Amino acid sequence: MKFAIIGVGVFVLLLGACAHERPASTNGEPLPYASSYRPLDSVATLLEGATVLTGTGQRLDGADVLMRDGKIFAVGGGLDAGDATSVDASGMWITPGVIDVHSHLGVYASPGVAAHSDGNEMSKPVTAEVWAEHGVWPQDPGFVAALAGGVTSIQILPGSGNLIGGRGVTLKNVPGRDVMDMKFPGAPHGLKMACGENPKSFYGGQGQSPMTRMGNVAGYRAAWIEAADYRDEKAAAEDGTGEAPTRDLKLETLAGVLDGEILVHNHCYRADEMSLMLDVAREFGYRISTFHHAVEAYKIADLLAENDVCAAVWADWWGFKMESYDGIRENAAILDRAGACAVIHSDDEIGIQRLNQEAAKVMGAAAQVDLQIPPERAIQWITRNAAKSLGILEQTGTLEPGKMADVVVWDGNPFSVYTRVERVYIDGALAYDRSDPELNPVSDFSLGTAAISGGAR
Amino acid sequence: MKRLYLHLMVCSVLFSPQVAIAESTIYRGATVHTLGPAGTLENATVVVRDGRFAAVGADVELPSAAGSGSSEDRVIDASGKIITPGFFSAMGQLGLTEVSGVDGTVDYYQTGERFSASFDIAEAYNHRSTLIAVNRAGGITRALTAPAPSYWEAGASSQVFSGLAAVVQLGERPDFVAERQAAMVVSLGEAGSAVSGGSRAAAMLALRTGLDDAVDYRRNKGYYERGQRREYSLSMADLEALQPVLAGDTPLLAHVNRASDIEALLKLAAEYRVALIIYGGAEAWMVADALAAARVPVILDSKSNLPSTFDALNARLEAPAILVAAGVAISFGANWQNETYAARNIAQSAGNAVANGLPWMEGLKAITLSPARMYRVDDRYGSIEVGKEADLIVWSADPLELTSNPEQVMIRGELVSLQNRQTLLRDRYMQIDSALPPAWRR
Repeated sequence: MKFAIIGVGVFVLLLGACAHERPASTNGEPLPYASSYRPLDSVATLLEGATVLTGTGQRLDGADVLMRDGKIFAVGGGLDAGDATSVDASGMWITPGVIDVHSHLGVYASPGVAAHSDGNEMSKPVTAEVWAEHGVWPQDPGFVAALAGGVTSIQILPGSGNLIGGRGVTLKNVPGRDVMDMKFPGAPHGLKMACGENPKSFYGGQGQSPMTRMGNVAGYRAAWIEAADYRDEKAAAEDGTGEAPTRDLKLETLAGVLDGEILVHNHCYRADEMSLMLDVAREFGYRISTFHHAVEAYKIADLLAENDVCAAVWADWWGFKMESYDGIRENAAILDRAGACAVIHSDDEIGIQRLNQEAAKVMGAAAQVDLQIPPERAIQWITRNAAKSLGILEQTGTLEPGKMADVVVWDGNPFSVYTRVERVYIDGALAYDRSDPELNPVSDFSLGTAAISGGAR
Repeated sequence: MKRLYLHLMVCSVLFSPQVAIAESTIYRGATVHTLGPAGTLENATVVVRDGRFAAVGADVELPSAAGSGSSEDRVIDASGKIITPGFFSAMGQLGLTEVSGVDGTVDYYQTGERFSASFDIAEAYNHRSTLIAVNRAGGITRALTAPAPSYWEAGASSQVFSGLAAVVQLGERPDFVAERQAAMVVSLGEAGSAVSGGSRAAAMLALRTGLDDAVDYRRNKGYYERGQRREYSLSMADLEALQPVLAGDTPLLAHVNRASDIEALLKLAAEYRVALIIYGGAEAWMVADALAAARVPVILDSKSNLPSTFDALNARLEAPAILVAAGVAISFGANWQNETYAARNIAQSAGNAVANGLPWMEGLKAITLSPARMYRVDDRYGSIEVGKEADLIVWSADPLELTSNPEQVMIRGELVSLQNRQTLLRDRYMQIDSALPPAWRR
C-alpha cells in the first residue's frame, strides 16, 4: 500500500537547505569543531492511521503522529491536522528513528581501501587525543544506505585496536559537506575503550605492552592516574592554588570522562572482563555508559541492570574469536528480562541498514524459551535504549512530544523480513522517500553507479 | 504440550537410533513446499521410510500397518504446519573451523606452495564441530564446505586454485561427506590479482596455464611419468584434481565480483568447456543475460548494496530478482568465512531478496533445490520427491521470516537433536533462581 499524499508541498522541502553556518563564539569567529548541523526544511506533517510504536514501550493501533516545527507535537488517535500536511499512513508502522550506537561509517568508508582506513590510530595503546570526527568522510555511501534503513542518528567510534582509542562522535544522518554539518547538536562525545584480545594481540605481537589482559588493565589504570592528576592540576589553577598544566589533548579527553562530560563506550566481549572494567571505573570514579560487542552480557544481566550500564550486542555474531565463542541469539532478550538496558548495534555498514531484522532474530530465538518480546518492546533496543546509551534521550529516541521529530514509516511490521522503510523524517523533514527518486540521496562517490537507480538502498 | 511431545520424539530418536531403519515416519495434514514438480501441496502427507521419501501427496494411501496403527510407524499430525526441504548452504566453511581467530582450528585455507588444486578439504571435515549443531537447529541440513578463496585475510600466499570443496550432510550419522570434489574453488578479480603478482590478467593466466597443463598431462601422462615431458605449473596431484573439471564433472566455483571479470571467465569457461559457478557476483546482474545463456549460476549476497570494493561498485539489492528474471539460478551461503558461524541466516538472505522483488518460491528454491543442482546432487536431495533422501523442516510459520524457528529438522529420515552449545549456555544462564554458581547448573 502506497502513501496517498493529501497535502501539498512535501516534495520541495530539501531545496535550499544545508547552509554551512557555524555557531559563533563571543568574538564573532566560528567555534572550532562545533556542530553546524541545520535540519532540512520541513512542513508540519500529520501521519494518519498507522500502527505506532512509541519507543516508550507503547503500541498504538490506528494512531496519528503530528510533527510541527521539527518536533513531535502529538501522538494519538484522531489528531486534528490543522494546517499540517496530512499523509495517509494506514497499513504502515511508525517508529522513532533508528539509532546505531556503534558504527565506523566515514572512518572505514566504502570502498574499503587502505586509503580509507581512518578508524584505528594504532601507534600507541592509549590515544585518547584522537577524535573520530576528524576522520569521518561524509561521502561514505554507507550513510545514505543507512538512511534508507531508517537510521537517523549514529555514533561513529574509533576502532578497537587500542586500550583507549579516542573520542566518538554522534551524528544526525544527514550527510553534509563536512562532518560538522552532521554533528548532533548537544550530544556528548563518547570515549572508545577496548578490552581483551584486540589491544593485547596487536601490541603484544609487536613485543610491546599490553601483551596480556593484565597489561590491558595496567594500561587503563596508568592512563586514569595521569588523567586524575591533570584534572586536579587544572582545578588547582582555577582556584588560584597552583599552576595550570600544559594543555594535553589526551588528558583533556580523559579528564572529560572523569568530569562526566564524555561517555565511556567500552568494547568488551567477556562477562568477567566487563565486571572487571566496572572495578576500574569504580577505582577512578567514572561511569561506563555502554559495553559494546557484549557477547556474554547475558551472563551478568543482573550486574549490568544494577549498575545501570547498557549492553550493545549483535543478534548472532559469534565464534570468530575466542572471546566471542559464547555468543547466543537470546542475549538481548535475557538482558531485557533482567531490566538491563539492551541495545542492538551494527559495527557494520550492511548490518546498520537492517537493525530491525537483527532485533527480530532475537525475538524469534527468545520465543523458543517463552520469552515473548512484543514489537513495542523490541523497538526500544534500536531507538530509546540506544539514545540513552549516547546521552541523547532527552532529544530523541522516542515519539514523546517536544522531542526531535526523527521518525520512520515502515510498510509493515518492522520485524518482518519483507518490510521496507517507506519514509524517514529527521527533525520533521522528509529526508528519504523510497518511492521518490528525488528523495533518495546519493553520495558523490556513487554518482554514475547503479546507486542512481537504487543500488545503495 | 506440543513442546513436550516434540521433545519426546527427539529423545526417542536419540536413544534408539537403530530402530529408525524399518519404520516409517508419516507427516499428515501439512502444507508441503516440495520444490519438485508437484509444487506446493495443501493438507498433504509425507511418508519417510529407510531415510528416503516413500510417498508425497495429497491423496497418499497410508501403509497398511500405519493405517491399522499396529506397527512402529510414527504418524505425526502436522496440520497447520509448513514442511520444506532442508536448507542447503551453497558456500561456507562448516566443519573446517571452530574459532576463526584460533589458527589451530582453521583448516579452510593453506599457504603452502606444493599443492593448490588438489587441496581437498574433505580430509579435514569435522562433523562434530560446534557450528554444525548450531546451524542444523536453524534448518541447515546440507552445505557446501569449501576452501576459502584467497581473501586478503587469508594471507597473500594462497593461490588462484584454492582447492576442492565437498557437499556435507549435517545429520548425526555417517557418511557425513555426501559428495567429494563437488567444486573447484578459484579466486579471480581483486583477490586473484593479489595472489598472482598484482594483476587480474596474471590470475587469468595462472588459471589458463593450469588448465592447459592439465590437458597436456592427460594426453601425455606416460611421458610425464618417465620424465619426458616439459615441466608443468602445477604438481601432479593438482593436475589430477583438475581432470574432473576438464571433463565437466566438477564445476569451477569462481570467487569474482566485477562484471568485466565475469565476462572474461565466461569466455574461458566456453573455451575449455568447463562448468562455472560464480560466487560473490556483486555485479553479476549487469551480465545476467550472458550468465543465463551460459547456464552459469550465481551465489550472491542479497544484502550487499555498497561499493565495498571497486569490484562491487554496482552492487544492488535487486540483484537476485534481476538474475532470476533473466533465467539465472541463484543461491545463498556465507559471504565470507565468518558468516559460516551463522550459516542458518541464508533464510534471512532469501527473505531480503524477496523483499526486493524476488518471487517467494524462488527465494525458497535458492536455499534448497538450486544449490543441489549447482553441485549436481539434486538426484538425491534439494526437494521433497519420492526416492530422494529425506531432509525436511517442520515450521509453524513462514520459513523465511526472521522470527520463525524450525520445530523439527529431519536429515536422511531421522529427526536430529536441536540442542547445541548455544542452547546449553542459554539454558544455564536463564536459571536466575539458582543458588548455585553457573558451573553447577545443568
